[in-house]
Amino acid sequence: MTMTPIDDTPTGRNEAGDSPDENGLERIVSRNPSRLGVGRAGPRPRTETMLTFQADHGRARDAVLTTVSDAFVEDLDLVKVRTLVEDKDQYLARPDLGAEIPEETVEYLHTQCQQHPDVQVIITDGLSSTAIEANIPDLLPALIDELDERGLSVGTPVFVEFGRVDVMDAIGEELDAECCVNLIGERPGLRTAESLSAYMVYGPKRGAPTAKKSVISNIHAGGLPPVEAGAKIADMLAAMVEQEASGLDLSEGDREFQKG
Amino acid sequence: MGTANTLSAGDYTFESIQTLLAKANEPKTGDELANLAADSDAERVAAKRALSQTTLERLRENPVVPYDEDEVTRVIQDAVREPIYERIRDWTVADLREFLVDSSTTDREVRAIRSGLTSEMIAAVTKIMSNMDLVLVTSKMEVTARCNNTIGTEGTLSFRLQPNDPADDVDRILDSTREGLSYGVGDAVIGINPVEDNVGTTTRILEGTHEFIEEWGIPTQNCCLAHVTTQMNAIRDGAPADLIFQSLAGTQVGNDEFGIDVELLDEAHDLAERRCTSSGPNVMYFETGQGAELSGDAHEGVDQLTLEARCYGLAKRYDPFIVNTVVGFIGPEYLYDGRQVIRAGLEDVFMGQLHGISMGIDACYTNHIDADQNDIENLAVLLSAAGANYFITVPMGDDVMLNYQSNSYHDAAALWEIFDLGPAPEFRTWLEEMDIWHDGTLTDRAGDPTIFT
Repeated sequence: MTMTPIDDTPTGRNEAGDSPDENGLERIVSRNPSRLGVGRAGPRPRTETMLTFQADHGRARDAVLTTVSDAFVEDLDLVKVRTLVEDKDQYLARPDLGAEIPEETVEYLHTQCQQHPDVQVIITDGLSSTAIEANIPDLLPALIDELDERGLSVGTPVFVEFGRVDVMDAIGEELDAECCVNLIGERPGLRTAESLSAYMVYGPKRGAPTAKKSVISNIHAGGLPPVEAGAKIADMLAAMVEQEASGLDLSEGDREFQKG
Repeated sequence: MGTANTLSAGDYTFESIQTLLAKANEPKTGDELANLAADSDAERVAAKRALSQTTLERLRENPVVPYDEDEVTRVIQDAVREPIYERIRDWTVADLREFLVDSSTTDREVRAIRSGLTSEMIAAVTKIMSNMDLVLVTSKMEVTARCNNTIGTEGTLSFRLQPNDPADDVDRILDSTREGLSYGVGDAVIGINPVEDNVGTTTRILEGTHEFIEEWGIPTQNCCLAHVTTQMNAIRDGAPADLIFQSLAGTQVGNDEFGIDVELLDEAHDLAERRCTSSGPNVMYFETGQGAELSGDAHEGVDQLTLEARCYGLAKRYDPFIVNTVVGFIGPEYLYDGRQVIRAGLEDVFMGQLHGISMGIDACYTNHIDADQNDIENLAVLLSAAGANYFITVPMGDDVMLNYQSNSYHDAAALWEIFDLGPAPEFRTWLEEMDIWHDGTLTDRAGDPTIFT
């Protein structure tokens, strides 16, 4: 068996003396988010490099497959509902079912939640429960304060299990909200499983096209921090109320954060 | 179509060729989501049996989207060479399968009937082939193409180097290019997916990679996978592109969703022939993938495998240098797990090669599908045995821009070693001159990106 000699750094790459340009290698490794300069064992990755990759993938899978705990939902005093989806497998295979709520849930929402709010806040596990647990404790109170400051009434926050982005259309329509924001866990990457998006719609109605929706994405400690995100989301919701529009119907200057 | 074409097997009847094709598919969540899949395994096999007894003529005369309504159908139907079709029109789909797997059928015999086939016929036979059938027949077919180098020749396996960067930073794109080249990867194309789809970014990426390729005398081609109109505008302004890229759909409505039509693709092809920096003659690059049409609500009631075949029928019009399916990217609502991804990958490469296009694959997965690196390593081994023209590779399998995983630079060297294969001939000579790869294995200095500083 032949092996490229490596140093002892965690990424395991070619030994200093072996490289024609050690400074060049350092520069390449340090300035790149990609897994570069990782070295090799024959034609395969070094063991440590491979295990690091597997650990990152494991974290991402866990974020997808685990659910937000009941204790978390209770601590934040959220009204909890579920979509037409029955379990995680079905959630992944049937996005259509994750956008609708059962008939009895509609009645339950009417008894539990304030009607006709300016802004209905929805929190949805989406593809990362980790993103919810990591960001919502800071983001939710910040968002509510910021909306208060802008004179917008906030409805009763709802937590949706097995929800898709468009579940906000159904819930917002039922509660007759002027705007709806869905704080939803993004599909995890290998770098972070904590990224959250805020999707927003003016005049929520079932079947509203994607082009009518606004989004602020990449919300996590290493991206747009949750407290800052609260202010940005509130700004966008205020613009939506003022212009009575969302998505591509919003004036260009107010669509600034859509790219995320 | 309709009741005049009622088809049956055992206790099951199928109301149209379209329904029959859909229900004969191996299980795919995308067909279930579209409400087109068989309700049970028994119905699935009944559909396969009824399909196996269907003639090629019946498939020709019942395209899944009507000729008058869909230009993809027109491209496919109008490309059929009638005398060749006349020779095989009476064959059943079972006859076609048994012809393809016959030991006396070689690449030459496949070429002899190819121009008589439509995409629907190719989709149909795929549905009654097992995984090993697909590997066997794919391994018989040799489809070569030439741009700055030659892809697909006997004994070779090529790789796209995909040095994507989340900020389109050209210096970092070139770092990743250095890393890939040091593993011998990059003969199919050095192809970058930009974050920002605009002329400025596309031009910067094309210029950076072009200069690097020139500096190191690398016999390969560059490509920036922005929307085709963005690339065309960049090229008209003088940007150096070796290939023009576009994603394709299998219906006219699907292509409309992608912002393209046949007229635009014709124009792009014409521009590529006149203005690309490569020697050609094959100057186009396409990507496809099962489920793309349904995700844009443009599937026209047709199953995802048949639509995928129609993408290849459209691609063929442009005699592309490379075409690859992106097989696990779209999500679990289309291909649920490693098993469905592997099946779709084998189907797609087989169908592409049977169309006569230079076919490769992005064997990949996102973090919300039930698959991992082992699944795509399996698929890479199967498709290397089958003789796919190329794979996509990214650093350690991790694409930090598109946020998904594919094969790694390391996988390339391992696949060459396992199957005693090597890169495209011109690229092989260059790797040997650079002392990166000799006699089937990486040299001691391979794997060090600073070779190229």
